[in-house]
Amino acid sequence: MRVHLDHAATTPLRPEVARAMESVHALELGNPSSRHTAGRRARRVLDDARDEVADVLGVDGSEVVFTSGGTEGDDLAVHGVAAARPGRVLCSAVEHDAVLEAVRARGGTTVAVDARGRLDLGDLERHLVGDAAVDDVTLVSVMTVNNENGVRQPVVEAAAMVRELSPGTSVHTDAVQAAGWLDLRAEAAAVDLLTITAHKLGGPVGVGALIVRGDTPLTPRLRGGGQENERRSGTQNVAGAVGLARALSLAASERDEAVRRVAALRDRFTDAVLASLGDVHEPACPDHRDRDGVVGGTVQLCFGGVESEALLFLLDEAGVEASAGSACAAGALEPSHVLAAMGVPAELARGALRISVGRETSEDDIDFAVGVVVDAVSRLRGVKAA
Amino acid sequence: MSRARRIMVAMSGGVDSSVAAALLAEAGHDVVGVTLKLWGGASDSGCCSISDVDDARRVADHLGIDHHTFNFEDDFDARVVAPYVAAHAAGRTPNPCIECNRHIKFARLAERAHALGFAHLATGHHARVVTGPDGARRIARGVDSAKDQSYVLAMLDQRRLAGLELPIGAITKNEVRAIAERLGLRTAHKPDSQDVCFITSVEKRSGFLAERMSFTPGTVVDAEGTTIGEVDAVELVTIGQRRGLHLAGGTAPRYVVDTDLAARTVTVGRRSELFDDSTAVDDVTWSDAPEWGPVLVQTRAHGTAEPGVVVDAGDGSAVVAWDEPHLRVAPGQTVAFYRDDLVLGSGTAV
Repeated sequence: MRVHLDHAATTPLRPEVARAMESVHALELGNPSSRHTAGRRARRVLDDARDEVADVLGVDGSEVVFTSGGTEGDDLAVHGVAAARPGRVLCSAVEHDAVLEAVRARGGTTVAVDARGRLDLGDLERHLVGDAAVDDVTLVSVMTVNNENGVRQPVVEAAAMVRELSPGTSVHTDAVQAAGWLDLRAEAAAVDLLTITAHKLGGPVGVGALIVRGDTPLTPRLRGGGQENERRSGTQNVAGAVGLARALSLAASERDEAVRRVAALRDRFTDAVLASLGDVHEPACPDHRDRDGVVGGTVQLCFGGVESEALLFLLDEAGVEASAGSACAAGALEPSHVLAAMGVPAELARGALRISVGRETSEDDIDFAVGVVVDAVSRLRGVKAA
Repeated sequence: MSRARRIMVAMSGGVDSSVAAALLAEAGHDVVGVTLKLWGGASDSGCCSISDVDDARRVADHLGIDHHTFNFEDDFDARVVAPYVAAHAAGRTPNPCIECNRHIKFARLAERAHALGFAHLATGHHARVVTGPDGARRIARGVDSAKDQSYVLAMLDQRRLAGLELPIGAITKNEVRAIAERLGLRTAHKPDSQDVCFITSVEKRSGFLAERMSFTPGTVVDAEGTTIGEVDAVELVTIGQRRGLHLAGGTAPRYVVDTDLAARTVTVGRRSELFDDSTAVDDVTWSDAPEWGPVLVQTRAHGTAEPGVVVDAGDGSAVVAWDEPHLRVAPGQTVAFYRDDLVLGSGTAV
C-alpha cells in the first residue's frame, strides 16, 4: 500500500482535466499567434480558458497572464513591479522561496509573523510608516495560504493597510496553495497581483497564471513575441491553459464539500497521532483546537526527539509519502524558515513533518498513515509502539 | 552467497563508493545508498557539490537501489570545520577528513543507519575489515597498497567496526574502474578527489582560513636565532615545510623545524634537525584492547609505517619511541599503530 499525503507538493492529474487537455490536442491547433485558421482556433481556445480562469477569480480576462507556474508568477510579480516602478519590496517572512528569493534579489525586507505563523499586521504597519519604515515601498507580497502549515494569511487586511498608508504601493499574493480550496474573489479584488499554478489543484505541471489587475505597472521578464498582452512572451501552452482553467473550475464547483472533507481527514490524522504519541507539537495550532485558520488538508507537526530525515525515510519505506520543509538542490532537507519565523526552537523544528491530504484521500489512507507515523516515531525515539 | 543483509552504503558520487554499492547489490543484499550533504558553502568536489549528489543518485538508479540524501551540515560544521579552523588558529596541522570519519561518517551516519534498521554500513574506502581468532574486528590495509586508506580509518573501535563493510578493500583501483566500466556506471572514469572537500581550489586553504580567523605574522629565524625572513601567517607554516618561505639567498635547503605561535617565530634548519627519537601523542584509541609495546607506526596518509614502541603515558596519551630517528610529526597529525597489515589503534601528534 502506498498513500500520497504530499498534495501541497503536487496533486495527481484529475481525469476530467486530462480529458479536457486531450480534447485540445485532438483539435490540431496552430500557434495562437498565427493568423491562419488553425492559429485563430488556438487563440479562441486559449482565450476561452483565460475567461474561465478570470470568472472563477472574479477578474477580467485581460488581467490573466498565463505563465509556466508558481515560481514564474511570483518572480514576474516581484521583479516586474520593482523594475517598472523602482523601490523597496517587502514580503512576509514565511513566503515560499519563489517570492523570498526574488525579494532578496531586490534587496527587500521581510515582515514578521506571530507564533502561529500569521502575518503580524503591526509589524507591517511599522515597515510602512512606523520606526522600521522603508522609503519608497513599491510592492508588498503576502501569501494567501502557507505551503508548510496551511495557515491563511490576512491578505485582504494587509492590502487595505497598504492602500491606506502607502497608496502608491502594489500588493501581490502568492495564492498557489489557496486556489484549490478557497474562493479567492475577495483576495483578487483586494490585491494588484495574484499567482496560481495548476498542479496544486489537480491540473498539469508547467502552467499557471499571474493575475495583474488594472493598470498595475509591470515590466516583462521574458521579451520576444509580445504574447500575453506584452507581459510574458513565449508561445502559449494552450492545452495547459485549458487544464488550469478546468482544474480551477472543478475546484470551485466542489469547493465547500471538498474543503470540509479534507479538513476532517486532516483533523482525523492529527488527533489520532496526538492521542497516540507524546511530545508532539502543532505550531500553527498549539492548543490542537479550532483549526479554522488552517486551510485545506495541510498540517505541520513537530515531533520532539525525532529528526525529519529519519522519519521521512521510515515513512517512505512503509508506503507513506509526506514531506518536511523544503529540500535543497541536492535533495537534502533544509531547516524550515517558516518554523524559524514562528519562533519554534531549532531543536523542535528538526522534527517537523508535513502531511497534506488531497481530494482522493480516504479514511483508510489516513488510518494507515497514522499507524505508520506512530510506529516510526516510536521506533526513532527508541520505544516500542503501544 | 551468504545470507542477504540490509546495508546502507555511503555514496559520495565517486567511483569507489559506486562500485562498493554495485558489489553489494550484485551479491543480492538489500542495499540503500545515501549521500551526505555536509557543506553549505562553495565546493569543488566531495559530498558537497550537487553534481556529485547527482552522480550518486544516478548510479543508484542504474543499480536499481534506493538513494537518499542526508543533511548533516550542522554537525559537519560543529565537529569538522570549526575544529579545523580552531586547530590552525592554535598552530596545529589538522586532518579534517579523519575528523569527518570519526564524527560524521562512522558516528552520525552509523547511528542514523542503526536507527533506520540497518545493522550494516558500507563505504568505498580501500581497506578491509577482518575478524581475528579472538572475534575482534580490525581494519586491515587494502590490497592496493598505493590506494590503501586504512590510516584514515584507524580511529574505529569495536563498536564502530561492528556491522562495517568495506567491499572494495579486497580489489585494486584498476579492478574498481574495470567493474564500473563493465556495469556502465557513469562514475567509471571520474578522477579521484584529492583535497579537503569544503575548500575550493580557487580560495585555497589560506583564503578559507582568512575568512574565519586572523593570522599572526612572524619572523623566520635560523638555529642561532638570526632573523632571515618573514611570514604573513605562522599558522599556515607546517613542520617539515621547505617551500613558500621566500628566504633570500642561502646554499643548503632549509626546512621548518619548529613553529612558535606565541613567540611569532618559525625556526628553519637542516633536514637532519627534523629527526626525533620519539613522538608524543594524545587522544589514543585502540581498535580493541590496548596493545602497548612494539608496533609499526604511520604518520601520513600515504607514508610508510616505521617500527617503534608505543608506551602508555596515562590519560589517553602515549609516547612513540622510534627504533630509528623519525621525521618530526606536525602537531595535529594522526599517528596510526599497526601490526603487519592490521590497524591496532591511533592517536594525534602533540
